[in-house]
Amino acid sequence: MNTLRLWRLLVVARIRAQWQYRASFVIDTIASFATSSLDFLAVLAIFTHLHTLGGWSVHQVAFLYGAGGIGFAMADLFVSNLEQTSQLVRTGQFDVMLIRPAGTLTQVIAGDVSLRSVGKATQASLVLVYALSGAAIHWTVGRALMMLAIVACGALIFSAVWIAGSCIVFLTVDGDEATNAITYGGNFFAQYPLDVFGPWLRRLLGFVVPTAFVAYFPALYVLGKPMPFGLPGWVRFASPLVAAVALGVATAVWHIAVRHYRSTGS
Amino acid sequence: MSGSDDDTAVVMARDLTKHFTVRRRAGRVRRDRVTVEAVAGVTFAVPRGTIVGYVGPNGAGKSTTVKMLTGILVPSGGEVRVAGLEPSRRRIELARRIGVVFGQRSQLWWDLPLADSFELARHLYAVPRSRHAARLTECVDLLEMAPFLQTPVRQLSLGQRMRGEIAIALLHDPEVLFLDEPTIGLDVVSKAKVRAFLADLNALHGTTIVLTTHDLGDIERLCSRLLIIDHGRTIFDGALNDLRDRFEPNRTLVVDLAAPQPALRIEGAQVVRVDGARQWLRFDRRTTTAADLVARVAVAADLVDLTVEEPDIEDVVARIYRDGSAAF
Repeated sequence: MNTLRLWRLLVVARIRAQWQYRASFVIDTIASFATSSLDFLAVLAIFTHLHTLGGWSVHQVAFLYGAGGIGFAMADLFVSNLEQTSQLVRTGQFDVMLIRPAGTLTQVIAGDVSLRSVGKATQASLVLVYALSGAAIHWTVGRALMMLAIVACGALIFSAVWIAGSCIVFLTVDGDEATNAITYGGNFFAQYPLDVFGPWLRRLLGFVVPTAFVAYFPALYVLGKPMPFGLPGWVRFASPLVAAVALGVATAVWHIAVRHYRSTGS
Repeated sequence: MSGSDDDTAVVMARDLTKHFTVRRRAGRVRRDRVTVEAVAGVTFAVPRGTIVGYVGPNGAGKSTTVKMLTGILVPSGGEVRVAGLEPSRRRIELARRIGVVFGQRSQLWWDLPLADSFELARHLYAVPRSRHAARLTECVDLLEMAPFLQTPVRQLSLGQRMRGEIAIALLHDPEVLFLDEPTIGLDVVSKAKVRAFLADLNALHGTTIVLTTHDLGDIERLCSRLLIIDHGRTIFDGALNDLRDRFEPNRTLVVDLAAPQPALRIEGAQVVRVDGARQWLRFDRRTTTAADLVARVAVAADLVDLTVEEPDIEDVVARIYRDGSAAF
């Protein structure tokens, strides 16, 4: 049975089960919208004192925030059930996934869809509208396509980060906090221009947890900004490649980690 | 111990080991790494179509073994084959050919009606619709699940849920069924239903069954063969009767006489208790038959009624746990 069909099947089952708690879905969605809005107020607060941040105007930073945020919300929607991995491993319920004729990663991801992230996606879209209203962009077909690529690659790169981050719980049962630091931390850093970070953090975000490829590098192209740090121009177009490699590495790490699964007593 | 090269063996383990590294507190901050041998070289073979009971005290390594047989855990050493496959390497292929029931884990979808879980299993295992329907009807009938098929799983009683767990493990018609403590926490009626169902399954479909249990009733009712494991090693592998013969050859004949009288003196038996007109005579099943003994008692006294008591299997197993392999 192919992975996509299985995913759809499990997700539909989950949504049917969740439908019994629809009031809590509405509250969660509103809460998600509200908390991420506060998040953006923090960005605006910085600009009450500064006109530019690392050479980026408020609308340009809003562009990073909005475009990256939509990608993050999509990853959140589809794969955030990976956060349940630690719970599954701790309770031994992961055993059940191993005795079914289907991939463990698909089963964990399909365990739930986080519909509340619709709230986050809405908020990020509004921020993006604000950004586009103020940032003077010379639209071309290439730049419009790049907008789509930012959202798609963002979703894939964050998904890869989520998958790789979840593997920590197979090695140490108390790995949740480390995982959260990588996933949510990665999103936080993706919201700011790379220029404001020190060289050590820049390398981390560029090559290890590659969130600089979510919005920052492609945004240089869309906004028509010069390449910083003496980097070659093609880096602006490398996001799809980075997304593919990141997903490949993350899935490989997951399969290695599962072989270290220890289950629990009885 | 039985050989492990049996061609008809559908489950096979040879020198199977599993060790875990655990960190133990050794002082305020310092922690030592300690290696724990959960399974320390277990060897056995289960011929197709048998029901094997896998028993042992808590922490003996039963569940760990079953998890290696089902592909959940990767063995540290030794060899495992189930239905000819190496479980941890060919997990997905194996999953289609075995069924697993955990007393302590659920395979059902908690918030959905039981019937929905069965439908999801049909897709998961890609079972053709007609075959699935036939199998489901059979399970629903035999396990008497019709009254609660449309009830969300979270509202089922433990007995109902357990029947659901067994059914979902069987809908893809597996060759081998593994059960880890299937009757734990069930009431007497539910236990009886589950046992009867498993016995039928084995008789009608020839399904090989491997079950771990603490409930010796499960073993007496179901298992033709018994594997006892302790401290990660097999300490007994044989039939239930062999176990009795080897560890507790004595049986007891309880006789009710017409009137109270002093302890009888009967050849081949010893009176161990007298209570009014009732007397308890212990004898060795290997040297004396119950029939001979009854005949001798009838000659010596006026016999009204009698029963033969088998040694309590629980006592036998408890003694083996206590003495360990030193009993051999």
